[in-house]
Amino acid sequence: MTVNNRPRVFLVDDHELFRSGVRAELGDAVDVVGEASEVWAAVEMILERRPEVVLLDVHLPDGGGRAVVQGVAPHAPEVRFLALSVSDAAEDVIGVIRAGARGYVTKTISGPELADAIRRVADGDVVFSRRLAGFVLDAFAASPGPSSDPDLDQLTAREQEVLRLIARGYPYKAIAKELVISARTVETHVSSVLHKLQLSNRHDLTRWATERRLI
Amino acid sequence: MSTQTTRPAPRLSRSRNDRLLGGVCAGLARAMGLDPLIVRVAIVALTVAGGTGALVYVAAWLLLPEEGSDRSLAQSAATDRGKDLGEVLAIGAIVLGVILLVRSTGIWFNDALVWPLLLAGVGLAVIWRQAGAEDRSSVLRVVDRLPRPGTAAPPLDVRSRRAALARVALGVVLVVSGVGAFLAASDAFSAVRQGLLATAGIVAGLALITGPFWVRMGRDLTQERRQRIRSEERAEVAAHLHDSVLQTLALIQRNADDPRAVVTMARRQERELRGWLFENDQELPGADTLAAALARAGEEVEGLHGVSIDVVAVGDLPLDDRLRALVAAAREAMVNAAKWSGDDTVSVYAEVRDGAASVFVRDWGAGFDPATVAPDRHGVRESIVDRMARHGGHAVVRSTQGEGTEVELRI
Repeated sequence: MTVNNRPRVFLVDDHELFRSGVRAELGDAVDVVGEASEVWAAVEMILERRPEVVLLDVHLPDGGGRAVVQGVAPHAPEVRFLALSVSDAAEDVIGVIRAGARGYVTKTISGPELADAIRRVADGDVVFSRRLAGFVLDAFAASPGPSSDPDLDQLTAREQEVLRLIARGYPYKAIAKELVISARTVETHVSSVLHKLQLSNRHDLTRWATERRLI
Repeated sequence: MSTQTTRPAPRLSRSRNDRLLGGVCAGLARAMGLDPLIVRVAIVALTVAGGTGALVYVAAWLLLPEEGSDRSLAQSAATDRGKDLGEVLAIGAIVLGVILLVRSTGIWFNDALVWPLLLAGVGLAVIWRQAGAEDRSSVLRVVDRLPRPGTAAPPLDVRSRRAALARVALGVVLVVSGVGAFLAASDAFSAVRQGLLATAGIVAGLALITGPFWVRMGRDLTQERRQRIRSEERAEVAAHLHDSVLQTLALIQRNADDPRAVVTMARRQERELRGWLFENDQELPGADTLAAALARAGEEVEGLHGVSIDVVAVGDLPLDDRLRALVAAAREAMVNAAKWSGDDTVSVYAEVRDGAASVFVRDWGAGFDPATVAPDRHGVRESIVDRMARHGGHAVVRSTQGEGTEVELRI
C-alpha cells in the first residue's frame, strides 16, 4: 500500500474506449500510473513503473494477458495482476490465473466493486468472481485420477464450501458469518484454492478448460 | 530482332500458370517460343504413335524444376525420400516380375507400346507421391472435368448448365469418334486392339485440347461462388447488426434519462450479440439443458424487471420434467427477488452433484420475515414450495430483514 492509501494501478487493454471508461469509473480511488494496449509495450512499461496492481485484459493480440504476466513475473514478482475479461471463456480465465494472476473479474463489474477488488489484490488477497468460483468447482469436480500430489489436486471440503458460497453470491463477510469462521480464514481458503489452481498439474484442468467453451 | 536477342534465354522449367497437368508443355513451348497448343498436340500425337510422348512428358515432369524453384521433383525425391527407396525397389521388382510372366504367356500387346507406358506409369506414381499440393490439385482438377456418369446435377445456374451441356456434347463426340475408329480398325480381328488404342488416343487428345476451356470455366465458377458466399455473409452480419445493435443504440439514446432502462437494454443486447457471435454455428442454446434453461429464464426476468441476473452453473443435465419444474420455480424466485428485494442484482447459482440438482437464488435487498407473510400471498407457497414438493424436491426460503433473501431449490 502506498502512503496515501491509493493503490498504483496500470491498465492493459487493447480498447481505448474501455481504458478510459475504467479510468473514469475508478476516479480517485486509485492512482493510474500508466496504460498500454499491447503485450510488449505493457511488459516494458510495467517493469519501468512498477505498479502495485496491473488490471489486465485477458484478450490481447500476441499472446493475451497470459503473455504479459509471463513477461513481467520473473523480473518483478511483487507486481500483482487482476484479470478483467468480457469473454468469460474458461480456457482464457484459467489460463491467465495459472500464469499467475491473483484474481479475475468480469468487465461488467461496477466501479466501486472494481476499486474494492483492486484494493484487495494490492493487499495481497485473492479476488474470485462468482464465475471463477464456478469454474474452479467445475474443474475440480471430476475425480483426479492418478495424481502426483493429491494435496494440490483436490479441494478440501471447507474450500469447496467457501467456493460454493462465493458462487452463490456471498461476499467474504457473509461467508465468514455463514460458516462461523473469521473473514481472514475465508481469505486463507481462497488463497489456498488459488495456489492449487496455479500449481496443480492435474491434467484434466487444462482439458476441462479447453473443452468448456463459452458460458 | 533485337528485343529477342537481348532477352535472357528463358530457363527450361515447368510453367506455373499455364498448366493442364504438370505445366511441361507450356514450359517447353515457352523455351522454344511456340504456342503451348502445338507442343501439346505433338506430345499427344507421340503418345498415340507408340507411347513415347507419354514417356517424354513424364520424364520432363520429373526432371524439369517448376518455374521459380531450383529443384526438380526427381531431385527432391532422391534427397527427401531416400529412406523409401527400398520399398519402391521392392514394388518395382514385383511389378516387373508380373509383367515378364504375362509376357511369357503370350498375351501381349507389343514391346514398343508396353515399355514406354509402363515407365510413364511408374513416373506418374512418383510424381503423385512427390508432388506438392498445387501439382496434385491441377491433376485432380483435370480429372474432375472429365464427364462422369451418375454425377448429381450441379446447382442450376446458367454457366454451370452451359458447362454441363458442353460436357455432354463432348461425351457424344468422343463416343462417336471412338466407335468410328473402332469400326474402321476392326475389319480384321487382329486390329481390335489397335482400334481400342485409337479410341483411347482420341479421348485423351480431346481431353487435353479442350482442357484449358474446362479449367478456366471451373475457376471462374469457383471464384464466382466464393464471392457470392462472402457477400451473403456480409449481408447477414449487416442485417443482424441493424436489427439488433443499431436498434438498441437508438433506443438507448432515446432513453438516456432512464439509467435503469439503459442498463437493461445494454445488457440484453450484450447477451444477444455474444450469443450470436459465439454460438452461431452450434445448436441454438435452447432450453434443452438445465444451465441453458436457467440462463434463458434469467434473461427473460432481467428483460421484464430491469435487474441484472447473473447465472453461474456448475455441472449440467439434460432437461426432464422434474428439472423443468425446478427451472420454473427458480424463475419465480428470480421474479420475486427482482420485484420485491430492491436490490439491482440477483445471483443465481446452479449445481449438479451426486445426481441432485440445486439452484440458489440470492439477492442482498430488503429481505422479509417469512413468519409475517400474509397467508393470502400465495406466490411463494404455491409457485415455489408446493411446485417443488409435487416433483419430489424441496424449497427453502431464508430471509432476514435488511440482509436479503435466498431461495434454495433442490430436486
